[in-house]
Amino acid sequence: MAWTREQVAARAAKELQDGFYVNLGIGIPTLVANYIPEGVDVTLQSENGLLGIGPFPYEGEADPDLINAGKQTITILPSSSFFSSADSFAMIRGGHIDLTILGAMEVAANGDIANWTIPGKMVKGMGGAMDLVAGVKKVIVVMDHANKAGESKVLERCSLPLTGAGVVDLIITDLCVMSCDKTKGGLTLIELAPDVTLDAVKAKTAAPLAIAPSLAKAA
Amino acid sequence: MTRKIYDGPEAALEGLLFDGMTIMSGGFGLSGNPESLIPEVRRSGVKNLTVISNNAGADGFGLWMLLETRQIKKMIASYVGENKLFEQQYLSGELELELNPQGTLAERIRAGGAGIPAFYTRTGVGTVVAEGKPVEEFEGQLYVRETWLRADLAIVKAWKADTAGNLVYRRTARNFNPNMATAGKVTVAEVEEIVPVGSLDPEAIHTPGIYVDRIIKSTINEKKIEKLTERKRETA
Repeated sequence: MAWTREQVAARAAKELQDGFYVNLGIGIPTLVANYIPEGVDVTLQSENGLLGIGPFPYEGEADPDLINAGKQTITILPSSSFFSSADSFAMIRGGHIDLTILGAMEVAANGDIANWTIPGKMVKGMGGAMDLVAGVKKVIVVMDHANKAGESKVLERCSLPLTGAGVVDLIITDLCVMSCDKTKGGLTLIELAPDVTLDAVKAKTAAPLAIAPSLAKAA
Repeated sequence: MTRKIYDGPEAALEGLLFDGMTIMSGGFGLSGNPESLIPEVRRSGVKNLTVISNNAGADGFGLWMLLETRQIKKMIASYVGENKLFEQQYLSGELELELNPQGTLAERIRAGGAGIPAFYTRTGVGTVVAEGKPVEEFEGQLYVRETWLRADLAIVKAWKADTAGNLVYRRTARNFNPNMATAGKVTVAEVEEIVPVGSLDPEAIHTPGIYVDRIIKSTINEKKIEKLTERKRETA
């Protein structure tokens, strides 16, 4: 059984460490906040100018002056602070954020990621994604392993315009978890979703894939 | 100390608008937008604008109002999704677009206000953003050179102003506003409340009054929520 969106988010949450400052992207990454392990204290950053994101507001208590980067209404915590966009990205670009979790349209074995445009089809913009992948200490991608047409989103080289070159550390898909050596290049399969076979992952991965020793034994 | 206070949007923008000018407009999505000043730019009919703002408004609101009247020639932004009118004008070639990474956009504006013509950043290295720009190595890492952004006019939204022009923003409605306030040749602020000098704590001023030329009390303060997200209160 492949992992659901919620299960992918829960798996990504296992990467959170006590004391981490974390920026979560829009979509599945936002769900990671629901699975922060017990005893792990993380502070969530929102690039529109907030450190310390609280839960969504109770009905009738939403404040239009208090939103996250996905433009959803949120709340603050006793430890929260507000700052300008330039200060926010100084925090991000300056290497002060420990971890970012982002979605992607393509990821490559050399650590490249593409998630902001499809030329001629989609005009949206990169928002803060390019700054996050360039400046945050660790970059985790969560996404479906294949697109709706069944084609692998894990490639030897990205075909879409890049968000960042050689920046991805870990890829968590509905099928498996892969580490990425962003300096030398190369993917290593380190975990399979329950009942997903090594062959199934290989068949859906358009890049060379090393197998972690623990998994090689199982296969 | 009340010479910075203007009667309304029309008075506050009088003599400042001209065709082909560059305008910075604060806000992130529809949060912290100069909601009273944008309609006045529209009413003035000024054309061929270059507008610098993180986003380009949303259906019916914010800078969307200037897209509808085709007053914007070029947009410099980081994210223009969820805006059909923008997409349509861009794909038909009516509208120029320069997409910047959000942090690069913010820092270019900060640099503009701080008198720094260029800076280097890792953001965008190896992507189309770095094409045509000098790339230099510092301590083994590649960085791309980005240049400052300045504007003929910055329009910003704050929560409170005193009559000396000191501004305080509220929560995440701060966003690009304090950075843009420093980078306009002229900065016009609209605020929810104008208070006498001495009412704001000098330790807690976000934008010192030197950056602010004209102030009005907001005439439109709708503060539309784009994605209302709530949770149910647990019942005992």
